[in-house]
Amino acid sequence: MIKCKFRINELILNLPSMRIKLGFLIISFFFMSTSNCLAQLEKNGAKLPQNVEIKTLQGKKAQSSIIENNENPIIISFWATWCKPCIRELTAIADLYEDWQEETGVKLVAISIDDTRNSAKVAPFVYGKDWDYDVYLDENGAFKRALNVNSVPHTFLLNDKKEIVWQHNSYAPGDEYKLYKMILELIK
Amino acid sequence: MFRFIILFFSFPLFLFAQQNKEGSIRGNFQTDFQVLQEDTLISAYAEDFPEKFLYMAFGNLTYTKGDFQAGIRFESYESPLLGYPSGYTGNTGIPYRYISYKVKDLTITLGNYYEQFGSGLIFRTYEERNLGYDNAMEGVKLEYEAINGIKLKGIIGKQRSYFEKGNGVLRGLDIDISLNDLIKKWENCKTQIVLGSGFISKYEEDRNPTYKLPENVGAWANRLTINRGFWNFYSEYAYKINDPSAVNNYIYKPGNALVFNTTYAKKGLGILLSAKRIDNMNFRSEVNAQSNDLLINYLPAFNKQHTYSLPALYPYATQANGEIGLQAEIIYKLKKGSFLGGKYGTNISVNFSNAHAIDKTPINDTVSIGQSGTLGYESNFLKIGDEKYFQDINIEISKKVSKKFSFIASYINIYYNKDIIEDYNEYGSINGNIIVLDGLYKIKPMHSLRFEYQHMLAKQEENTSPERGDWVMGLIEYTFAPHWFIAVQDQFNYGNPIENKQLHYYTISIGYTKGANRFILNYGKQQEGIFCVGGVCRNVPASSGFSMSITSSF
Repeated sequence: MIKCKFRINELILNLPSMRIKLGFLIISFFFMSTSNCLAQLEKNGAKLPQNVEIKTLQGKKAQSSIIENNENPIIISFWATWCKPCIRELTAIADLYEDWQEETGVKLVAISIDDTRNSAKVAPFVYGKDWDYDVYLDENGAFKRALNVNSVPHTFLLNDKKEIVWQHNSYAPGDEYKLYKMILELIK
Repeated sequence: MFRFIILFFSFPLFLFAQQNKEGSIRGNFQTDFQVLQEDTLISAYAEDFPEKFLYMAFGNLTYTKGDFQAGIRFESYESPLLGYPSGYTGNTGIPYRYISYKVKDLTITLGNYYEQFGSGLIFRTYEERNLGYDNAMEGVKLEYEAINGIKLKGIIGKQRSYFEKGNGVLRGLDIDISLNDLIKKWENCKTQIVLGSGFISKYEEDRNPTYKLPENVGAWANRLTINRGFWNFYSEYAYKINDPSAVNNYIYKPGNALVFNTTYAKKGLGILLSAKRIDNMNFRSEVNAQSNDLLINYLPAFNKQHTYSLPALYPYATQANGEIGLQAEIIYKLKKGSFLGGKYGTNISVNFSNAHAIDKTPINDTVSIGQSGTLGYESNFLKIGDEKYFQDINIEISKKVSKKFSFIASYINIYYNKDIIEDYNEYGSINGNIIVLDGLYKIKPMHSLRFEYQHMLAKQEENTSPERGDWVMGLIEYTFAPHWFIAVQDQFNYGNPIENKQLHYYTISIGYTKGANRFILNYGKQQEGIFCVGGVCRNVPASSGFSMSITSSF
């Protein structure tokens, strides 16, 4: 171990121009290696921010505290009308959603990050797809920033106290089963 | 530099988002690396590379305790990726930091913030990190909700420009009134009405040697939303006083913009009708700013945002100096169990959009259209100009055939006036016919194979320089949820009129995701062109080699 550390130090000292780059590489591996621990439900998840301004599909301003499910689990899914993986994910869940709701009482809240170029399209899109979700607009990314979302799709799972207990970025077909497993674990 | 490394080393300590009586700390992180290879065929020459090993990174930290919040963003662009705006090069620091707290009905934000009035026609500050776009405000923001139904916002400050600030000082006020919340007896009415109004003024010292420019430029906008049952109607009108600038060639004409959106949405059917007219609405906090720098307002493009790679070769961008356009879209779901809907139903969407020049006539016989130092031109509000900028007709069918197989099939016809949109004088316009087939086959519940086939036939009109011509593209992606994917794609420019540019642009990607951490490795060729993410587009030069991206949220 010591030998290894010494080598890294030596590299940093000898190659000043590579210093920062190596720093970032090392940090990145920290992130990757510690990620193993995040796969389980978080015990002390942060509470969902309550004061962030979002918009209803009717065009009214609202606070993020409007997201509510009477102490049942909540899924928050960040998506956009131009994001194909997001649509694939929400369509896949739509097929299972009725059963999920019946069995766990879960509610899915879809937050569209479409800006005003596409935000008018969100209501026709959601209804046209026949999705049965609560949908809100985050036209300027305020809610996205509040939850530190880098890219869509990004999915959060909230417990009865609206604390974030699990999150996932990107969508691969089959991810919905993993999400459901997490919901079952949460209500257990 | 070292202190930033130390700062970043401390990040993993915060990795487990903490929540206790002390509040919570959360954040995210992204870093990108690129190792370039010379590839003379795609004009990626080694001497043009700033450095062979490129990297950039950013990380956000947010601390929240009750109604108090504070945040910083560390950004490092010592040698950013190719195509990233050059203003960032060689900079590392913490250009974004704020504190914000709420006392009863008043929210105060000090430091950097993003804000938008209405649909952004007079004011919008936002960020798109992957494209290097960030015009954040630095100053003060107040939000006040004294009475249920009325929201007031006030802003003051300067805008961010890379690691500096723009010259102009911005001051603004916005009011949003929800009539049904304000007037008790209307609370449960079927018709819901929201009114809004915004005002922005920019102060910038006049240093122009030729013209006397207004030092205070004011702009206002009024908006109206009416919602009744399945229907929603939105309109906004914006006006800006005379504001001669580099972009409008120093004309003294006032600007205006009008947008309409009408939607109808009920179970299984969605309809959208939009119209807009924009006249001389470039608005920046520095008179000489160009490109994406220091924009105060946002003029959304009203056309479908394509994300498949061939139709995305020709994306439209709003022409701030003047355009008039329409958009219509119908989204329909054929019911489950019907003849055409099949077992799972079928989704169909049809979209049409176009954009033309606005009508422009000379003010008098001695002044040409758009001449500097004059009122520029006269314009008939309802008349459409002769020149066509853009048109897009597309149809998309998405269908789940069985438990294992689903597909999306599209046909897209694009008319793209390259000279206007990309500011050239030699390419004329391009007419592209594109088909896209995107199939997904689920081998096992967690294993799936996705393929894409895209083909574009492109015709060019009135040109002196040849465009890239016809393309074919194929992609195969294998995913094993929840962690891995591998994808191979090739874009082949077989129809390029210049024979030695009939090239293959292949890419191999491998990705690993665990929770909110994501790791992607790419190897291949990036072609020169416009790259769009999240509604913002930028030009990316050709490159060849390895790239790696790591993102994480916690």
